[in-house]
Amino acid sequence: MAEDRENAEAIISEVHKKISDAFDVFDHERNKTVDVREIGTIIRSLGCFPTEGELQEFITEIEEEEATGYIRFERFLPTMTKLLMERKFRPIPEDLLLQAFEVLDQEKKGHLGTEELTKYMTQDGEPFTQEEMEEMLSAAADPDKNVIFYKDFVSMLTVDDK
Amino acid sequence: MPGIVVRAQFSELQSVFFPCQHSASFSVPAMRAALLIQRWYRQYVARLEMRRRCTWNIFQSMEYAGEQNQIKLYKFFSYLMDHFTPASSERNLIAHIFRENEVCRDAEWERYFNYKNIEVPEFYSGPHLNFPLTATNATELVEAFRTKQQLHSRYVLQLLVETWKLLRILPNINHVSTCHSKEITICGDLHGHLEDLLLVFYKNGLPSMETPYVFNGDFVDRGKNSMEILLILFAFLLVYPNDVHLNRGNHEDHIVNLRYGFTKEVLGKYRVHGKKILKLLQKIYSWLPLASVIDQKVLILHGGISDTTDLDIIAKVDRHRYVSTLRPPKQRKSSAKNKQSDQDSWDEDNMTRRRVRSMTYSSPGVSRPEVQRHSLQTLSSQVEEELRERRRRAGFSLSHGDLHNSLSSDSDSDPGENLETDAEDWKQVVDMLWSDPMPIDGCVPNEVRGGGCYWGPDITREVLEKHNLQLLIRSHECKQEGYEFCHNRKVLTIFSASNYYEVGSNRGAYIRLGPDLVPHLIQYQASRSTRDLTLRQSVGRTERSALRALREQLFAHKSDLISAFQEFDPEQTGLISLNHWATAMESVLQLGLPWRMLRSQLVNHTQDGKLNYQSWFKELAIMEPNTQLAHTNLLETLYKHHSNLETIFRIIDTDNSGLISFEEFRQTWRLLSSHLQIDISDEAISDLAQSIDFNKDGSIDINEFMEAFRLVDRTQQERSNSTLSGVHPHLLQSEHPTKTLLVSASPHFV
Repeated sequence: MAEDRENAEAIISEVHKKISDAFDVFDHERNKTVDVREIGTIIRSLGCFPTEGELQEFITEIEEEEATGYIRFERFLPTMTKLLMERKFRPIPEDLLLQAFEVLDQEKKGHLGTEELTKYMTQDGEPFTQEEMEEMLSAAADPDKNVIFYKDFVSMLTVDDK
Repeated sequence: MPGIVVRAQFSELQSVFFPCQHSASFSVPAMRAALLIQRWYRQYVARLEMRRRCTWNIFQSMEYAGEQNQIKLYKFFSYLMDHFTPASSERNLIAHIFRENEVCRDAEWERYFNYKNIEVPEFYSGPHLNFPLTATNATELVEAFRTKQQLHSRYVLQLLVETWKLLRILPNINHVSTCHSKEITICGDLHGHLEDLLLVFYKNGLPSMETPYVFNGDFVDRGKNSMEILLILFAFLLVYPNDVHLNRGNHEDHIVNLRYGFTKEVLGKYRVHGKKILKLLQKIYSWLPLASVIDQKVLILHGGISDTTDLDIIAKVDRHRYVSTLRPPKQRKSSAKNKQSDQDSWDEDNMTRRRVRSMTYSSPGVSRPEVQRHSLQTLSSQVEEELRERRRRAGFSLSHGDLHNSLSSDSDSDPGENLETDAEDWKQVVDMLWSDPMPIDGCVPNEVRGGGCYWGPDITREVLEKHNLQLLIRSHECKQEGYEFCHNRKVLTIFSASNYYEVGSNRGAYIRLGPDLVPHLIQYQASRSTRDLTLRQSVGRTERSALRALREQLFAHKSDLISAFQEFDPEQTGLISLNHWATAMESVLQLGLPWRMLRSQLVNHTQDGKLNYQSWFKELAIMEPNTQLAHTNLLETLYKHHSNLETIFRIIDTDNSGLISFEEFRQTWRLLSSHLQIDISDEAISDLAQSIDFNKDGSIDINEFMEAFRLVDRTQQERSNSTLSGVHPHLLQSEHPTKTLLVSASPHFV
């Protein structure tokens, strides 16, 4: 029993250090604060997949009563730890992702046109900004044929993942 | 049926989804699919951004660690000079870098730098210069360098001599005005990146009376066209002396150049006259102005300020005494003997030499004389006139050369001498060239770089107020966007070398400042290939480069790291937790890096969340230890300290031939082991020397020796240059066994 508790403490301590490291990367002033606009990047780099809406909720929970534009580590740590321990926002399995693309590919062509994908991404769900769309296309689109072979795209980007 | 399956799975995740906007045209499944894809992609981009930041951190901490390293080496040399007897061989090896510029009258210097004897051969196809320099000359020079031509050493020396003459009459602080609605352009560090300078000229125009420029130091080192940049800047300075202003940076320093590549560049490009060129540059560096002030409101200097910064003092210092800002004010032999043993701090020196009265203006308020665009003749006589006038005012009837004479003579010790002032002056200069801003109030020594201070927003306020200024523009630090404001926008860092750490690492920027004194920033990034790279590819490429550099560090510290790991493994299982791995890494390397974030890039295999550290090192191994080299510790030392080693080699190589004798080689190692306080046996050194190919005359080629270390990087560089596919960075590259460090039996370096 005591061993279990020790293990649990060790795990939490490790999680804390992990969160701290990620936070520090964006703590430019070395005063344990980060710009609120970087919170999304930090949370995601720790392995979570929140939607923009969920992210906003999270931020509202941890920011100061009078928004300063900065998030303090003391408030970030407990909430983030909870997120990780509860395994909220689990990763998206590759096959599910593929299915999502297939849903959009109504004609079952095996690929999506750039205009087609752009329409979905910038008008549906939580729309991409133009910048986000351009970046995705530059990575995903076959430059010659102007289409996205989404199966390749998904595997290419998941290979990069660790 | 696929449709049903999809819906079922999506409904599972429904609880996790927030109510999102409904699009009339698309079905609910399509909407959810889009949301899923967006979520996934955003996460991907975020992780990419994290990787980019970590890569940046790696480069930056290693850069500053390198600077700190060099300063430590220099302090060690100073210590040698002060504490070793003159007869000691180690001291003799390095004594010459502490010698003041040899005592010569100006006429003698002119003879030494005489370029008139140098013939320009018929077949020379590079640019020709006519003096006095015209705008056309300068423009042609830029064009010539753009097409990769090289300026003949005769013209180089001539240009440098003219530059030297001009710089000598400039004050410590350039005063610039935006009268006539002129906008002034300010550039930061260029570091030998010619393509960036050309890009700035392309976007902004060449320097001219309508387009004045301030160049804020660090023109040289690291990039491979430092010489060309200097020549261009000096040419325009000569043509438009009222409209081009140069500030000295910490890299305008021959000691720093030894380590960071400029010395090597010059000797490589100018094999016959390189040494002379370097010597002349030493003088020129010391005569570069220290700062510029625009409309008496905007202060521009390279590094920064400290709590003791005082422009009135700076205006009066003898800036040319600081040939290298690393060098504390000169120690005299007699005083060295008088000193007792423990005096580590290098600004407590006892000095007894006559203080040379200032040749420069007394207050920043006084504007400097307009230097018109005259013929060389009139300029030259103007300079002489100027000098004579000031000497007269200062109460001397001696020539400049005589002053140096009296400086080194032992006899006089002026009782009116103010030793503290000398140390104070030196601190002013070092602080200006080496300091960095910090976010918290106060002023602390800059331990990271080893020189200058970290100064806070309160210091900025004080210093700006004291001198009635409104903005401080500085450089010295690489910024991802090419610029950065801090201290409530009172301090602006400007950095003009894009792709500084690696292709795609950062943008460069420059400032346009009009009469309203509001800075306008223009960013750019040289190299077409960076624009064509996707975010993913440029991050991947920079990251590979950073990780490569980091791996070298890991290898260099192998034994320390293994010891640290073993402390966490008392039962000698060979395994440690990843948490302990991270702790150990930081304690040994002290680079302040986020190891847990980097772990996935550095560690490929784990067993139940634990790392087998010995096999990890084997996987990391860049090379196999040379079986003939029994002393593998030496290999590590080589790696860990190769920059210091190279610096010492180049210092010892007094005739700049690029060759040192076996004996000098041995002395270098002795010096290094002394500095590091480690034991390197003579046997180990001899073994090392044996495995090196000697030229017939028994000397070692420094370049060849150092290149052996970079060989591993180069092959990887070639590989990554040819495939820009941005495939996941593999930590483990398969190394061709023969292309490893210190090849065993083969007599030649591959």
